[in-house]
Amino acid sequence: MSSTFDTVAGIISETCDIPREKITLESHAINDLGIDSLDFLDVAFAIDKAFGIKMPLEQWTQDVNEGKTSSDKYFVLQDLCANIDALVAAKTA
Amino acid sequence: MRLEYFQMIDRISLLDPEARLARADCRVPDESPVFEGHFPGHPLLPGVLMIETMAQIGGWLVLATLRFDRMPFLVQVKEAKLRAFVIPGQALEAEAKLLHDGSGFAVVAGKISADGKTVAGAEITYRVVPFPNATLKGEMLKTARRIAVPKAFFDAA
Repeated sequence: MSSTFDTVAGIISETCDIPREKITLESHAINDLGIDSLDFLDVAFAIDKAFGIKMPLEQWTQDVNEGKTSSDKYFVLQDLCANIDALVAAKTA
Repeated sequence: MRLEYFQMIDRISLLDPEARLARADCRVPDESPVFEGHFPGHPLLPGVLMIETMAQIGGWLVLATLRFDRMPFLVQVKEAKLRAFVIPGQALEAEAKLLHDGSGFAVVAGKISADGKTVAGAEITYRVVPFPNATLKGEMLKTARRIAVPKAFFDAA
């Protein structure tokens, strides 16, 4: 998780021009860091490349829009990193 | 190319989703109302239309990769470089390489060459969504036939 967070925080900082120290495990990518949906595509592209995965953004967005889950589950960095770790584990299993 | 109708691709010459690559022939018309304004006495293919050309060949690659199940819409152009003037009558080759097939988005590297020399390049991002209506999908399939997209890519669409 720690190294995943470091990688993701670095990507967000560089891609969205957000000071690294403002990005914490508790940050919500949209509500706290102000990343809009277009910038998030750049973040997703970089995360997919860095971890060799394909984050299921469409499914996540659908879940949130249909009220099945809170956006925190996907966009709070601690949860986002846990989801990335799970995708990496599923790929290598 | 029919510039005033945004028909930038004349004919697909290569479409290989496995190799993540597409190429197309595009001939700049000898005459077009576009050249009356760009520029009077010095007609040049506008740079924005070179970017549109790269976006279109990349779009056909994404469409073929997804077997016309979804439609790519241009949302971002990065690192666009327009390296040389393109004039009426010039033969161009447009090329796209799929850099990433993401969930709901795709990224391609676009390029245009003339006489083997690169005249433009850009990294292009699309949002990939369900077709908004049957009319658009029908028109895309019609255009696919016109520009020689192999039928195998849209047989089931």
